[in-house]
Amino acid sequence: MGKSLVPSRKRGTSGPMQPRKKLKVPWVFILLCLSPWILGFLLFTAYPMIASFYQSFTKFNLIESPKWIGLANYKRMFSDDPDFWIAMRNTIWISVISIPLRIAFATFAAWILTKPKKGMKFYRTLFFLPAMVPTVAASMSFTYIFNPSYGPINNFLQHIGIKNPPFWFLDPVWSKWGLILLGLWGIGDTMIIYLAGLLDVPRSLYEAASLEGANSWQSFRYITLPLITPVIFFSGVTGIIGSFQYFTQAYVAAGQVNDYSHSMYFYATHVYFSAFRAYEMGYASALAWVLLVITLLCTMVILKTQKRWVHYPNGSLFK
Amino acid sequence: MSTLTFDPATYVDPEANARRRAKLWHDFLYSVANHTTLIFMSVIFMMPLFFVVATSLMDRSQTVSHSLWPHPFIWHNYIKVFQDVPFLRWTMNTVLVSTLGMIGTVISSVPPAYVLSRLQWRGRSTAFIIILATMMLPGQVTMIPVYVTFSKMGWIPSLLPLIVPAFFSSGFSIFLLRQFFTSIPDEISDAARIDGCSELQLLLKIIVPLAKPAIAAVALFSFLGSWNDFFGPLLYIVENPNLWTLGIGLNAFQGAHHVEANLMMAASALFMLPVIVIFFLSQKVFIEGVTLTGVKG
Repeated sequence: MGKSLVPSRKRGTSGPMQPRKKLKVPWVFILLCLSPWILGFLLFTAYPMIASFYQSFTKFNLIESPKWIGLANYKRMFSDDPDFWIAMRNTIWISVISIPLRIAFATFAAWILTKPKKGMKFYRTLFFLPAMVPTVAASMSFTYIFNPSYGPINNFLQHIGIKNPPFWFLDPVWSKWGLILLGLWGIGDTMIIYLAGLLDVPRSLYEAASLEGANSWQSFRYITLPLITPVIFFSGVTGIIGSFQYFTQAYVAAGQVNDYSHSMYFYATHVYFSAFRAYEMGYASALAWVLLVITLLCTMVILKTQKRWVHYPNGSLFK
Repeated sequence: MSTLTFDPATYVDPEANARRRAKLWHDFLYSVANHTTLIFMSVIFMMPLFFVVATSLMDRSQTVSHSLWPHPFIWHNYIKVFQDVPFLRWTMNTVLVSTLGMIGTVISSVPPAYVLSRLQWRGRSTAFIIILATMMLPGQVTMIPVYVTFSKMGWIPSLLPLIVPAFFSSGFSIFLLRQFFTSIPDEISDAARIDGCSELQLLLKIIVPLAKPAIAAVALFSFLGSWNDFFGPLLYIVENPNLWTLGIGLNAFQGAHHVEANLMMAASALFMLPVIVIFFLSQKVFIEGVTLTGVKG
């Protein structure tokens, strides 16, 4: 990075007297500086991880102390808990649909933002703004706006001649699409990262391509797309991690409409309900560890495939 | 000047002229198409916000009708929110949690980020990898033992579990600050050290002022993170309505009392307003911060 701009250190010392003294490492200072993080790591990460791993093999309800039951929690998940499978199915469904949709939409929104000669900042502000809206406010607003009988969206759809608009959050088939729209509406922060990636693509490449007679689709497909694969990769990884922790939107929306059919019951919801509604802390810990393993596996799969499709112009963090 | 005929500066090839005009026309159409798409998308992005504000100004009978525009405008809804709903108390709680959390995050994340980026020591890269790994760790894995600990300390329900952890630095903030600190040339530190600056002075007097934009971004993200947080309050304060923050208050209150839609939307609008104002005031910091945490290594 910036280093190449300034003269290298070795040349800097004046006179032949002595080689530059090696800087003494101020260990006390380093430890003091790191202490908040070290303490935080021990208190809020290391110890809780060990404790929850242990608790995942126990029956534990907060009042009595944990009782060892071996693998029973893990067995129960796969053989004796229909809610687990509902949550799993919903989570996989929303990951498979929403991660690619989000990537496509963020790419498109960022790409169209780079087009105008003037006004990019203005449009960018408008595109980004919904990402600022607090999740609870956004989810509550969406359940109202998408209300089938008097919400403005269906009013509008009927105005333009759609006779039977969907029941959105009230219909188990459509509720997840409502959540997906809610997610796409708040695409702003992802889009900004894509935008930065797109603006990094050297203009000269596009000029060269247009001299060769490439149309805009071709220059998008063969220049832009390959050069933003690192961004796509990054948002794919964070998308998978995020979708197994997808909670607030679904919880708020489900609470607003009484989601009896459990169509908005996701993996993170199941962990929460097991722990803090059923007070089955041991079982919830086991669920959390399965979640961690799934997340790790998915991330590793993408990491393995990245060589085949991710182009790094000058190396990267993930190499 | 001679009267010679051919002057390349003024000569216009009629064919080239036509081509140029065609290109201009093409560019014009192209830009019209772009702006049309952009305006269309802007309208879609803004529509939900418009509906929220419009509904918040309707009277009750209108919210269950088919109208999209308030008639008449009931500005009184915004006063009624404060009367019918303990909105002020929720706001105070949220401001308290967000502000203290922000202070805690900044003062506990700057020093670790400094030693992780600007000092050479053995184990540094290992420490950084651990921090990255903890950022990826799903919260569910640690949530229960942390909850049990807080509950044993008698901190549930209270605002403490939402504030105190911020003082133990956050991986995300360390990461963001480190990215920025690394880009400050080493020579600045070297010069200061030669002038007899201690490491602490160096950090406080030289690096911190230089890193103001990154620190501002960390402060902003932390503030917004607490402002928007729902899961933390759901675990720790939901039992005591006096402690409710805006997010949990809005949701729980609606669940218990079924407030009319217009008041609910007015409350949502008030909940969004500070965040949107902050965004407009600090857009640059914000967008640079998001970009800094993206993939640009």
